Amino acid sequence: MFGWEFPPYISGGLGTACYGMTKGLAANGVEVLFVMPSASGDEDQSAVSIINASDVPVDTVSTSVEDFLDKVRFVHIHSNMMPYVDPQAFSDMVEEERRRQVKSFTVNYGQKYKFSGKYGSNLMEEVARYAMVGATIALQHKDEFDVIHAHDWLTYLAGAAAKELTGKPLVVHVHATSFDRSSDDKIDTRVYDIERKGMEAADRVIAVSELTRNIVINRYGIPPGKVVAVHNAVDFSGREDLRVERGVRDKVVTFLGRVTFQKGPEYFIEAAAKVLKRCGNVRFVMAGSGDMLNRCIRHVARLGISDRFHFTGFLRGAEVQKMFALSDVYIMPSVSEPFGISPLEAMQTNVPTIISKQSGVAEVLKYAIKVDFWDVDAMADAIYGLLNYSAMADMAARCGYDEVNALKWNNAAYKIKKVYESVIK
Amino acid sequence: MKKSICLYFQVHQPNRLRLYRFFDIGKDSHYYDDFANRTILRRVSQRCYLPANALLLELINRYKGQFKVTFSISGSVLEQFDRYAPEVIESFRKLADTGCVEFLCETYYHSLASLASPAEFIHQVEKHKTAVKNYFGVTPKSFRNTELIYSDSIGAMVYDMGFKTMLTEGAKHVLGWRSPNYLYSGAQAPGLKLLLKNSSLSDDIAFRFSDKSWPDWPLTGEKYLSWIKASAKDGEIVNLFMDYETFGEHQKAQSGIFDFMRYLPEVILKDGEFEFVTPAQAAKKHSPVGELDVPDAISWADEERDVTAWLGNELQNDAFNKLYGLTEKLSILNDPVLWSDFGHLQESDHFYYMCTKFFSDGAVHKYFNPYDTPYEAFINYMNVLSDFIIRVDDAISFSDANFAAPKTRKTVKKAPARTARKPAAAKKTVKTKTDK
Repeated sequence: MFGWEFPPYISGGLGTACYGMTKGLAANGVEVLFVMPSASGDEDQSAVSIINASDVPVDTVSTSVEDFLDKVRFVHIHSNMMPYVDPQAFSDMVEEERRRQVKSFTVNYGQKYKFSGKYGSNLMEEVARYAMVGATIALQHKDEFDVIHAHDWLTYLAGAAAKELTGKPLVVHVHATSFDRSSDDKIDTRVYDIERKGMEAADRVIAVSELTRNIVINRYGIPPGKVVAVHNAVDFSGREDLRVERGVRDKVVTFLGRVTFQKGPEYFIEAAAKVLKRCGNVRFVMAGSGDMLNRCIRHVARLGISDRFHFTGFLRGAEVQKMFALSDVYIMPSVSEPFGISPLEAMQTNVPTIISKQSGVAEVLKYAIKVDFWDVDAMADAIYGLLNYSAMADMAARCGYDEVNALKWNNAAYKIKKVYESVIK
Repeated sequence: MKKSICLYFQVHQPNRLRLYRFFDIGKDSHYYDDFANRTILRRVSQRCYLPANALLLELINRYKGQFKVTFSISGSVLEQFDRYAPEVIESFRKLADTGCVEFLCETYYHSLASLASPAEFIHQVEKHKTAVKNYFGVTPKSFRNTELIYSDSIGAMVYDMGFKTMLTEGAKHVLGWRSPNYLYSGAQAPGLKLLLKNSSLSDDIAFRFSDKSWPDWPLTGEKYLSWIKASAKDGEIVNLFMDYETFGEHQKAQSGIFDFMRYLPEVILKDGEFEFVTPAQAAKKHSPVGELDVPDAISWADEERDVTAWLGNELQNDAFNKLYGLTEKLSILNDPVLWSDFGHLQESDHFYYMCTKFFSDGAVHKYFNPYDTPYEAFINYMNVLSDFIIRVDDAISFSDANFAAPKTRKTVKKAPARTARKPAAAKKTVKTKTDK
């Protein structure tokens, strides 16, 4: 299994999902060899063995360098502009480029490479290197696995390269697509290309929701028969109940997540302004950081509600728990959300939850209130109702708690196991 | 008649707020970063206030009454001196005893109250007047508003409080072709005499003195006097207004700023064309040459010389409106602690930190700003203010519960309203031994 991050050092939901999934797979009798670019050694290896790609040199490739490159050549990310040239000059350039690649490969890849494992500016380069190293690791462990499983575009190239070299079937797991990261007209085409190549190279594509499955089929042109939806679950084991003393007597409505376009923070602000017109004993909190944060702060100030609308900035581990414990309503107004794990955490903390219909998690939850992300009136209505009609809030909290606790990684992993079985010849 | 030079220095330090998280609201009502406030005040005292006061005292003694200076010391910084550097108060008191120093009146909390609420403005001016009297034994006669903010209506309020002289900025967009080197009178209060800051000459010292890329660096006393003479060729008075922290803090001691200041009076007095005056003396000596129309507020800040450094974007406006929305509620409460926090939250600096004008005057703004971005400043301030609002509302419901039974609500609410402020003001100024 190729991943990019694994608890405890995570920056998004991907690491958490991988962790729960590997535990679930172990419970279903599937052994997992987890490859990640930069392991710290602090990872919980009770259910998986972790291979740190930063420790593996690429000098053990048994085939010739040229042969290796030939198989994984698509891995290289071209950023060079190609001017108009005549065919002869073009072929010379290609040959030149090829020689250069072989040279740079021998120089650069014939040694260990220290991955940052972050999402920095040289991400594209890390992704390409990870593919090289990943393929080598796959060759080294060729006899120890039956299926290659790659999580999100960062690892698709590694998965595809591993398949090329070992001939083992490939499953790619779509946690998010380019269309969830930005609006339609602004997607990163380099990322899109990698995603599409990864899905095309795969024998099966697992999507985290029907919503995402549809995107995979419609936007990436993948045959429907190849795409399976397996909903994420959530693992609450080892979590203690947090008792937090409240500072404010008012009810608290919380938005928690990256403050970016696709999370719909501005719809939350508009709904908050509407609710504040009707009742005064409520405060709104936007927890998180992101490229829309400053715009949101200005928006709140312009509406004149900044004494009732608070910003916490980015919250870490325990602070997130504390925030949930302080909340009376949790809201996730995402414009596009492949799955969305945080509403589950909120419900597990007995917080009534509102989610947008445009989120994958809406497919599995019955006791969360669902609204369209753009329907600010409905959102305000739902918030007002949960704040003022205790019967509704009580039911949402009680049933929601039971509902999320029934979402087990064991069940999701069972479905993943079935996918594996379908691709192993 | 000799021409006049009026030197006035502003002394102020804000009470910087600590990092106040959303989680603190309703739980912890201590808002100030005591460590930063103490550290900065001690540092500036060592680098600026103490050596500069010593220098001025030396000059006053040497020129036997011919050298005069003027200070405006905000209540906020007086409180900090009391707490962290009482020796600075002592050194100002020594200057006061020479009789060659005038102390101006301003808003106690260095606030923008003049733009928000006349009642709050008057309250703070009175509070500051009392404080100056207590500390230095003199009743201030001339007025200086926060950041030299002035408009026709503010002038009228100040005049109605009994001040005959006020200092403000010689803003070009208000003066037009006219010179700042004369006295003017207020448009709504013709009896009020206005002293206007000579920006170019003041900023030569305050901002440019140590700038080696400045063509006129290094600045000498003779060179500076020749500029004063050129500027005041047809004028009567040159007003040099600046932050006191110019000496030793903004312009480091190594730049030679203290030597410049030590030498300047000698150059000026020897030359004989000018004499030093304080604002009150200037008002007696000179007559206004015309009325100054200022319908919209001006100040000494930034290129625009208006109030947009504090009230120029939606963040500042919302914070400002939320803060002053509390004025009425507070007027019915007799709680010195709440009043003190209300005052400190009014310090103009908090709004300055939220300024988003980063391009033209960004450098100056950054220098004075403890926050990385205006947004952080805003979030932090609003968290503090939210806690404060809760405390005010609690106090009101408590006092309602106490008073509602025996009397009717209305009379109870009105009665302590006026008297409520006095005890709060008095308590602050007699808090320490130094002002017996």
